[in-house]
Amino acid sequence: MSTTSALPDTGTSPLPTVDPRRVGDRVFGGLAAGSGIMILVILAMVAAFLLVQGGPALFADPAKLASQGYGEFASWVAPYAFGTVWAAVLALAMAVPVAIGIALFITHYAPRRMAAPLGYLIDLLAAVPSVVFGLWGADLLSRSVRGLYGWLNDNLGFIPLFSGQVSGTGRTILTAAVVLAVMVLPIITSLSREVFLQTPRLHEEAALALGATRWEMIKMAVLPFARPGLVAAIMLGLGRALGETMAVTMVLSGGKNITFQVLTSDNPNTIAATIAQNFPEAFGLKTNQLIAAGLVLFAITLAVNTVARWIVSRRAEYSGAN
Amino acid sequence: MKIKLITAAALVTASALAFAGCAANEGGAATKTLTGKGASSQKAAQEKWVAAFQTANSGVTVNYAPDGSGAGRSAFIAGAAAFAGSDRPLKDEEMGAGKFAGCTADSNALNLPVYVSPIAVIYKLDGVDSLSLDPATVAGIFTGKITKWNDPAIAKLNPKAKLPDLAITAVHRADDSGTTNNFTDTLNQLAPTVWDQPASDTWPAAFAGEAANGTSGVVGAVSGGTGTIGYADASAAKNVGIAELVVNGKAYKPEAAAAAAILDASKVIPGRAANDLAYKLDRTSEGVYPAVLVSYAIVCQTYKDSATASLVKSYVGYIASAEGQQAAATAAGSAPLSADLQAKVKAAVDSIK
Repeated sequence: MSTTSALPDTGTSPLPTVDPRRVGDRVFGGLAAGSGIMILVILAMVAAFLLVQGGPALFADPAKLASQGYGEFASWVAPYAFGTVWAAVLALAMAVPVAIGIALFITHYAPRRMAAPLGYLIDLLAAVPSVVFGLWGADLLSRSVRGLYGWLNDNLGFIPLFSGQVSGTGRTILTAAVVLAVMVLPIITSLSREVFLQTPRLHEEAALALGATRWEMIKMAVLPFARPGLVAAIMLGLGRALGETMAVTMVLSGGKNITFQVLTSDNPNTIAATIAQNFPEAFGLKTNQLIAAGLVLFAITLAVNTVARWIVSRRAEYSGAN
Repeated sequence: MKIKLITAAALVTASALAFAGCAANEGGAATKTLTGKGASSQKAAQEKWVAAFQTANSGVTVNYAPDGSGAGRSAFIAGAAAFAGSDRPLKDEEMGAGKFAGCTADSNALNLPVYVSPIAVIYKLDGVDSLSLDPATVAGIFTGKITKWNDPAIAKLNPKAKLPDLAITAVHRADDSGTTNNFTDTLNQLAPTVWDQPASDTWPAAFAGEAANGTSGVVGAVSGGTGTIGYADASAAKNVGIAELVVNGKAYKPEAAAAAAILDASKVIPGRAANDLAYKLDRTSEGVYPAVLVSYAIVCQTYKDSATASLVKSYVGYIASAEGQQAAATAAGSAPLSADLQAKVKAAVDSIK
């Protein structure tokens, strides 16, 4: 009977709090919606800024651009757009397998005592400022990889990637990509670690119960479940690689040569590095042209993300997670 | 009543004093600010000059924004800066009375050389401590026509050096720079058959090679590489070899005296006003180190504002003086103007109204 007497008690005390809870609900809902709208507004404002400031160069007469700017827009920006994507692709090609390996090791192989500190260490890497990575790449890495690049060129020079005249300084797009790979590694690792940890325990145990080895279990249960999250992690890493400025500016010997050779002095520069290098001395139409290049970078990032989202949504039904 | 009267009298006296104070302040140049903008090559020297000038003239503030020569020239033309720092004088078509917002309608601009800095050809080649190159060879290397250190053209100039069979990596500036402009102008003047491109701030797209950001980037890339060669402000050339330039059979090091001599050997662009010291650098003349950057202060002949005029006169007068030039040489490693040229600049500064 004590329960029946207790019920009115609990029933009366929440009554006054019903109203505040609704207010709180409304306020919180409003705040969340506001934040969601704000990110759209910020994006729209960035796009508008780039359009307005870059517009004069985008719609300028090519002859005027040649005399007061850096030259005809499309042919000027094309090598940099290529360099941006090429450096990011090289970086991801190196970083993604390693990052997934680290994340799997932490979640499924490492003893628990080791897993947590290792996770912290990886996260720590994300906190290193890019200018430090730039210094490291320019002063140390580029000097120490020269021998390796010479060997690659001598022995694997028949592959177009490694052909051409090897740079005497090691400041090539491959070095820049290695620096970028180290920078995106912690992002991809931490996100994929979180995703791997979300794999339903039952899926894993079911796979093991059916006689799967640990690797087979990962292949059958963990990776299919994690695929959308992995793609999201890689996209975040790609975003950082595409937009990274300082490290590339310091490490890469960037020019206007569209080439797939990764060991030569004559590499395509990235858009972000081009802007950083030329903005301090730019004025008038040159400023507009650099901002228009920023618009191109914005468009590239947007396109890459859209394609990635599309891939994720297309594969969702086969992911095995459901 | 008495108290009220006294208070009123005190107020009147106080306000009269205050207004008098204001008037006195406005009359003197002591609270004025001088704004300059332009070449980043002058940055270290300008910082030194500003510090020394402000110490000597308390109450004067000088701001120099090292935003680049082009930005400086457009700010001066628009009247946003009282003087511009520029790695080249204004061209004939940019000159003309009434084209400058800060100057009176009948006033032209004056180009005054204030900062001379030799550009060193720097290299890193193990086992080679001294290197002599002539302009045609330097041009050949930077155009990519000479690709190996043991090329006959280099070997001929350095009979004693043991030149390895190593590829040359030529490093140039990735960003637009007055250093690039003067370096390419040197090659264009002294080796026109090999270097067929006009002088420009931007490295010519026709010539490949390694690019590095800023002076420190070039020096870092050269000193960190092997078989590398580049060009940089002589004061920044550390931990690298410095090549001698052989002109007409004589070898020159990038030293102050040989660099400053170029202005004495060159002629002012014809058709300019008497006090306009815009030089057409003659890098082929005898006894000079040819790769030199000359940076100018661009000022009005007659300012709209007389207070600005007197500030510019005293500031630019100071930086072109023996004392100012020596200060820049210590702080920035520049080459002081010759006494003869200092006198010419002083005469020009004195003519500013």
